[in-house]
Amino acid sequence: MTTEISTPSQSPAAAPAPVTRPPHPLVEFWYHFKQNKGAMLGLVVIVAIALVALFAELLAPHDPNIQFREAILAPPVWYDAGTWRFILGTDDIGRDMLSRLMYGARLSMMIGLIVVTLSLAVGLGLGMIAGFFGGTTDVLVMRFMDILLSLPSLLLAVVVAAILGPGLTNAMLAVSVVVIPHYARLTRAAVLAEVNKDYVIASRVAGAGPLRLMLIVVLPNCLAPLIVQATLGFSTAILDAAALGFLGLGAQPPTPEWGTMLASSLQFLQRAPWVVTWPGVAILVTVLAFNLLGDGLRDALDPKLKR
Amino acid sequence: MLRFILTRVSLVIPTFLGITFLTFILIRLVPGDPIEVRVGERGIPPERLAQFRHELGLDQPLWQQFLDYVGNVLSGDFGVSLITRNSVFDEFVTLFPATLELAFCAMLFATLVGLPAGILAAVKRGSLFDHGVMGLSLTGYSMPIFWWGLLLILFFSVGLGWTPVSGRLDLLYYVEPATGFMLIDTLMAGEYGAFWSALHHLVLPTIVLGTVPLAVVARMTRSAMLEVLGEDYIRTARAKGLADRRVIGMHALRNALIPVVTVIGLQVGTLLGGAILTETIFSWPGVGKWLIESIGRRDYPALQGGVLLIATAVILVNLLVDVLYGVLNPRIRHAR
Repeated sequence: MTTEISTPSQSPAAAPAPVTRPPHPLVEFWYHFKQNKGAMLGLVVIVAIALVALFAELLAPHDPNIQFREAILAPPVWYDAGTWRFILGTDDIGRDMLSRLMYGARLSMMIGLIVVTLSLAVGLGLGMIAGFFGGTTDVLVMRFMDILLSLPSLLLAVVVAAILGPGLTNAMLAVSVVVIPHYARLTRAAVLAEVNKDYVIASRVAGAGPLRLMLIVVLPNCLAPLIVQATLGFSTAILDAAALGFLGLGAQPPTPEWGTMLASSLQFLQRAPWVVTWPGVAILVTVLAFNLLGDGLRDALDPKLKR
Repeated sequence: MLRFILTRVSLVIPTFLGITFLTFILIRLVPGDPIEVRVGERGIPPERLAQFRHELGLDQPLWQQFLDYVGNVLSGDFGVSLITRNSVFDEFVTLFPATLELAFCAMLFATLVGLPAGILAAVKRGSLFDHGVMGLSLTGYSMPIFWWGLLLILFFSVGLGWTPVSGRLDLLYYVEPATGFMLIDTLMAGEYGAFWSALHHLVLPTIVLGTVPLAVVARMTRSAMLEVLGEDYIRTARAKGLADRRVIGMHALRNALIPVVTVIGLQVGTLLGGAILTETIFSWPGVGKWLIESIGRRDYPALQGGVLLIATAVILVNLLVDVLYGVLNPRIRHAR
């Protein structure tokens, strides 16, 4: 603005851009993120899976629970005996694999979303409380988190699921409990780094209450590591929930959860490898996509790595 | 030095008490009265029920029960399995070597493959090899290992017939357990055929359990090497004309190893957790499979004792790594 006023004779078109405004943080973030091919691939795959999950009713060729008695263990279309009716084949009671996988995508995305939301909310709260209040509260909360962390995560999830009873809801609860410490630790570390900075002290002096300080003043500046962790949390959640399903402690048949699908068709491994192959491929691709995205987000959001 | 070790050991005690408390509480959360669950549908006269309660200490206040439990645990009494009526501790100790043997081999595999792969990827940064290693390790890290195990069985055991599908040893052989480690026992007994068979049985479970640690080790080694390779002393070493191999092998690797060793130590927990899945797939007679079977049989004392014992093992290994780390790296020892 000031340059324009001081040099009124120059025509605006001829003037070389006088003041370069820094790009909006989101634009800058997108610029860095875009250069990471792996992360872009991850994003595309996740969007595709999310779309499939959303529109499973429209996209799935069959109902996931209908049993085609005449087509038990029908092979995928590229086998000699395969037909276009069941593109990826059918399982041991004649249900269409492709349709079940599509509905399974919905379950897995939902598992990821619920687990991440739940554990993020609790972990964020605990970490904020520990970081803000310090002292005994901090020691108590973080000690408890350390105890949870000292147990192997899958073991803890298995035990919690076993005690709550098998089922998808309990499996999601179990997986959420297991990952809470990660969020709590990250939040606490970020809060401790921010809490003594001038802008926080300024708003404290201006009379902001603890809730306002926590949620409106400090939280937005702690978000970057949490966003990365939450993205990676999707992959942990999907993987662990599938593992619980595989062990019989997660979603119960006939729910088309990928891990459960794998477990219930184990004995057909030799006769019909496709019933075991596809659910595993689905888990691997989804988890890999979230890991790629998480890595890309970390690189793009971490100021230390920016050039 | 002694002070450092004592501090570390004393830090473990509250964690151990916390784990004990956690397992104690978790089992109380099981829906239903433990005695009614045990007698099942038959029902039981009230006076017998009261007697049972008294015998098991269930009529005591909760804090008293917890103190009793801690006392029992400290004297090595982890309860009695509901199904086999054996001491949970004895069952665990018989099965644990199998898990330990598998976990050790998996870690060895992860280190032997992951370390060189990570070093080479860092040295040839940006090359096709680097991209390949990073892509593969991210895939390994994302792998649902229960499915990976099935694929390997399908390919190597069923398809090619190279490796056995399950178990620890061929039924042809019997080796008196001395250490519980099959590879050592068979060698000590001089049964080379059995040793060969045990080795064959170990291959696939080792790969499956080692996949995630392998990915972690390779990634960590690469990033640690990249950091070290940018240091001044590396430039100095190169400038004074040392051969590439010597610069990388002696100057860079030694310093890059510090974070890698830590990561390897931290993987022990992951390994024992992953053992649950791996042992289930390969019918490996270790504590992971035993734990899952205990859940299926609603054998809660076994579950409780098993979890506590595994957690204790993880804590002890982490403590050991911590202390070793202090021995190797004086900077850690003297910090605070």
